[in-house]
Amino acid sequence: MSNEGKVAPDVSAALEGLQNGMTVAVSGFGLSSNPEALIRGVVDCGVRELTLVANNAGAQGLGLATWLRAGIVRRFIGTYVGGNEDLQAAIDGGDVEVQLVPQGTFVERLRAAGAGLAGFYTPTGVGSLVAEGKELRHFEGRAFLLERALPVDFALVRAHRADPFGNVRFWGTGHNFGPAMAMAARVAVVEADGVVPLGGIAPGDVHLPGAFVQRVVEVREHADLIEKAR
Amino acid sequence: MSWAIDQMVARAAREVHPWSVVNLGIGLPTRLAEALPEGMAVWLQSENGLLGMGPAPAEGEEDPQLINAGKQVVTMRAGASLFDSSLSFAMIRGGHVDLAVLGALQVSMLGDLANWAVPQQRVMGIGGAMDLAAGARRVVVLTRHTAKSGEPKLLSRLSYPVTALGCVDRVITELGVFDPLGDAFGVVERAPGVTDAELVAATAAPLRF
Repeated sequence: MSNEGKVAPDVSAALEGLQNGMTVAVSGFGLSSNPEALIRGVVDCGVRELTLVANNAGAQGLGLATWLRAGIVRRFIGTYVGGNEDLQAAIDGGDVEVQLVPQGTFVERLRAAGAGLAGFYTPTGVGSLVAEGKELRHFEGRAFLLERALPVDFALVRAHRADPFGNVRFWGTGHNFGPAMAMAARVAVVEADGVVPLGGIAPGDVHLPGAFVQRVVEVREHADLIEKAR
Repeated sequence: MSWAIDQMVARAAREVHPWSVVNLGIGLPTRLAEALPEGMAVWLQSENGLLGMGPAPAEGEEDPQLINAGKQVVTMRAGASLFDSSLSFAMIRGGHVDLAVLGALQVSMLGDLANWAVPQQRVMGIGGAMDLAAGARRVVVLTRHTAKSGEPKLLSRLSYPVTALGCVDRVITELGVFDPLGDAFGVVERAPGVTDAELVAATAAPLRF
């Protein structure tokens, strides 16, 4: 590997190998902490029939809602639909199949995939619609559901800093699903506000070790919209 | 007579203990943050990955990458910490959140909670509701006693889709404070002037006075 290590020269190089029908996880919470350039890059590269794995699918026509408007999402696996008119319209029109997952189960399924686990037993969802078709098992008198790992092809993750090995630091509440998605992905792509040299992030300050990251792309400018001021 | 919204919120705030970890649901429960005693050491948890939320930021000081689970910009108190969703839900599911205050569509006398979907209506989503209901050590529901349509929200059995079974420890409404006891709701407190007849009329489950 060259001195650039995992750093891609631009967004399109960072997304190389992304194909129709793939499963793509995208970090961020609503419009906060989105990998904005990578989200645009996916639309620009013309892939279709994607399975989108994300907490929400953007909002107000922005962020991941641009994927819905472009008609490139076939399936959505996430936790929340509310207030997303584009997602609602895509569901109502039968364009997008939706799998709603409790948020803790959502992130743990990703983490499990990256941690070499086939699944896990969780108390969340017992007795609810989420439990339909899943194994129910009792441990020490308490009921748990078997939930399966959720591996993905690509993960697109926003970060504050990254180094050429892919060590990552997040900003604020920007961690959210990033670590679990990166772990779950064959190709984890980090969009960092700044790329620093090796050693630029002190070892104890690394939030996500580079072993979980395949590519890094530096994007200095972000819109970073505030969805709700109060 | 019944409690005004502020009085309901203030009553719910009395459920919060110093140095505890508390998650406040979206909507009415969020308002508890402003009703806590000034300077009280409480760690408000937001499931997107923040423990130790402070008040809303001053205008011009908002950080778009510092938000709560309702996607509102927030601040952090001294002693706050930031982490990813996996650790956040380990905190929630693992019983490390002392108290969750949640909204509700329905609560049953068995302590079952429905707060994520209404039959024949568009589903908003699940978010962190099922994990919080199943995992928090104590769950207090803060809600109006009846729906806008006038339908009782406190029932013998749920008719809406379940969030979690047997999870609710206490319900606070504008009429009073009620604990699900399995075969009835125990009336723990009532708002000034609320009569037995009013409670019976507004509740679709047996009450124990």
